Amino acid sequence: MDTTFVLPNSGHHRDDMSSKMGMWLFLFTELLLFGGLFLVYMIYRFKYHDAFLHASYDLNVWFGGVNTIVLLASSMSVAMSITAMQKGNIKLSKNLIWLTIIAAGIFLVIKSFEWSAKFEHGLFPGMEHYNSMGNGERLFFFLYFFMTGLHALHVIIGAIFLYFIIRAIQKQKVRQDKYMFLENGGLYWHLVDLIWIYLFPLFYLIH
Amino acid sequence: MSTHAPSPDLTFFQVAKGIKSWIFTVDHKRIALLYFYSIVTFFIVGVILGFLMRLELIAPGKTIVEAHTYNQLFTLHGVIMIFLFIIPVVPAIFGNFFLPIMIGTDDVSFPKVNLLSWYLYILGGVLALLTLVVGDGPPDTGWTFYAPYSVKTGTNVSIAVLAAFILGFSSILTGLNFIVTIHRLRYPGMGFFQMPLFAWALYATAWIQVLATPIVGITLLMIVAERVFGVGLFDPSIGGDPILYQHLFWIYSHPAVYIMVLPAMGIISEIIPTFSQRTIFGYKAIAYSSLAIAFVGYFVWGHHMFTSGMSGPARIVFSILTFLVAIPSAVKVFNWVATMYKGSIDVKPPMLYAMAFIFQFLIGGLTGLVIGALATDVHLHDTYFVVGHFHYVMFGGTGFAFFGALHYWFPKIWGRMYNIQWANIAFTFLFIGFNVLYFPMIILGMMGMPRRYYDYLPEFQMLNVISTVGSWVLIFGMIIMIVNLINGYRKGAIASRNPWGGVTLEWQTKSPPPLQNFDKAPEVSEHGPYDFK
Repeated sequence: MDTTFVLPNSGHHRDDMSSKMGMWLFLFTELLLFGGLFLVYMIYRFKYHDAFLHASYDLNVWFGGVNTIVLLASSMSVAMSITAMQKGNIKLSKNLIWLTIIAAGIFLVIKSFEWSAKFEHGLFPGMEHYNSMGNGERLFFFLYFFMTGLHALHVIIGAIFLYFIIRAIQKQKVRQDKYMFLENGGLYWHLVDLIWIYLFPLFYLIH
Repeated sequence: MSTHAPSPDLTFFQVAKGIKSWIFTVDHKRIALLYFYSIVTFFIVGVILGFLMRLELIAPGKTIVEAHTYNQLFTLHGVIMIFLFIIPVVPAIFGNFFLPIMIGTDDVSFPKVNLLSWYLYILGGVLALLTLVVGDGPPDTGWTFYAPYSVKTGTNVSIAVLAAFILGFSSILTGLNFIVTIHRLRYPGMGFFQMPLFAWALYATAWIQVLATPIVGITLLMIVAERVFGVGLFDPSIGGDPILYQHLFWIYSHPAVYIMVLPAMGIISEIIPTFSQRTIFGYKAIAYSSLAIAFVGYFVWGHHMFTSGMSGPARIVFSILTFLVAIPSAVKVFNWVATMYKGSIDVKPPMLYAMAFIFQFLIGGLTGLVIGALATDVHLHDTYFVVGHFHYVMFGGTGFAFFGALHYWFPKIWGRMYNIQWANIAFTFLFIGFNVLYFPMIILGMMGMPRRYYDYLPEFQMLNVISTVGSWVLIFGMIIMIVNLINGYRKGAIASRNPWGGVTLEWQTKSPPPLQNFDKAPEVSEHGPYDFK
């Protein structure tokens, strides 16, 4: 057969819509992953209401509040970097991503201060003070470390993701007319932000 | 892909050679075959474990293994068969190979992600096997890892649940890929309702894979956390709630049984029109029923806990919802039978497997209703009846659909034909062996024999012996089938493009297909995918 037939719809062609759809589906799975934890939190919040309330006073609202502002600001900067890219301002776009990564760093530094204070008080699962508490308090602190820890892991992954986007911009793999990688990075970063928006009130604010 | 595409005269086997061209391939057909060989390997391991369990049960008391070893046998059998065989078997092998061809494209939307999912599968499989050799051996909890035992036993539960976690991730990536592929890569002119029903079944399945799997992922991580840090998530002695574990586990694992059976139903919807030479009866009803099963299947998980402490109203609601799943399932069965009515039925091996599917799925489905009903479930819960029911759906259903698909698409994948007569003989042994093996379990359960026991009362022996003999017949049939297929692969007659007279797009291309799947433009019928005129 000498006629070279080419399919009009190849899986190897660029398709922005596909990439975006794939990312959204992936974000659904992330939400459900945390959804399981929110469910567990809800059940034990009902079961050990007083203990959860009591334990939540040990958390520092200032640490959590500043981190919330940092993350919200970083979500804005990543959104602005996408707009900058769409308008062809490559340099600004790159700087805004750097700003987002720096915000991720600040978030993690504050988080590590917060965690190390908890470690000093022996509140990490398995430590002496932790083991002397009641079941409800122990569950609260376990969920606190598990959920904020899993979230921090997502912050780290998101920051690495953003770093690779900067590299791709430098190699001109992400351009004004081809920015889906950046947009997906932004979507992922918004997810990181969104989950924190729920974690913050659940652990720090509800009294 | 590369700018100079290889000639369509070459098959996808011929375009590149060597081990690297396989393990780094992004071709969906090669990835499907990578999956095929790895899944079949694990399947054989699972069959051997099942064979040993049946051998142990041939007589009361200790026969060949200790009680503890028996517990590990059924756990490993379950973990391998569920997570490494029956969840990926149809989507990852036949879905990967045929979904792009059936909708007229050259690959899935994310070919590299597709390859990544296979690597995750292998990693999960290796971890599962690792439990055999390190520490205190494989888990002895049953594949459900019920707390609090799973957080207390000294066996390798942590490694096993990490394996399940990684395999879940592999399954999510396959599902994600299929959803996007179906939305974005259909051939011009092929709407959703011109797609073959196998694609519809994969679409419904993919949504369950994406939306249900993360829940079990996080639940299994919680088991690990509880084991490592001693937190009372599920252990009641330190404030946890073991029923909560069961809820979380079944929120995924009940929809997961539809991951296991829906794609198999898609295969049956392909085989029956081809061998009846008649358009499928009720195309839209079958397509929608796949979505309905996927949707309602989310809300029935509570029926696994009827006897473990649940409020009356909750039990009633879960029971009613469970009964609702029977409606779309029955819609499919009636439509398959109606398709055969007045068709010119050609009883070839794939059709035999499809008919066996209908027969066995009927028994599996109806016994499911018996345990979905509140009153009867109290009597039958945790008895051998449940084991019989489950194997009738999973093995008698999905397993037989897998064999049917293998015989149906064998000439397309490898370009050669197996010996039809030997395939019929193998089928006969498989069908008889299967029913002799599993039907006694249903009766034993009604008589009161519990599941997962290594010992039993002497009055149960007769039926247990029959069941064990059935397992020998089944395995004998399986050996004939495998030898016959290997012989067909090595020296079978060269197959034509369309040996069965099928009308879906995969029969329009060469056998085996070229790398880009089609050597000429596929013709999409405007009368839908099953246009036999």
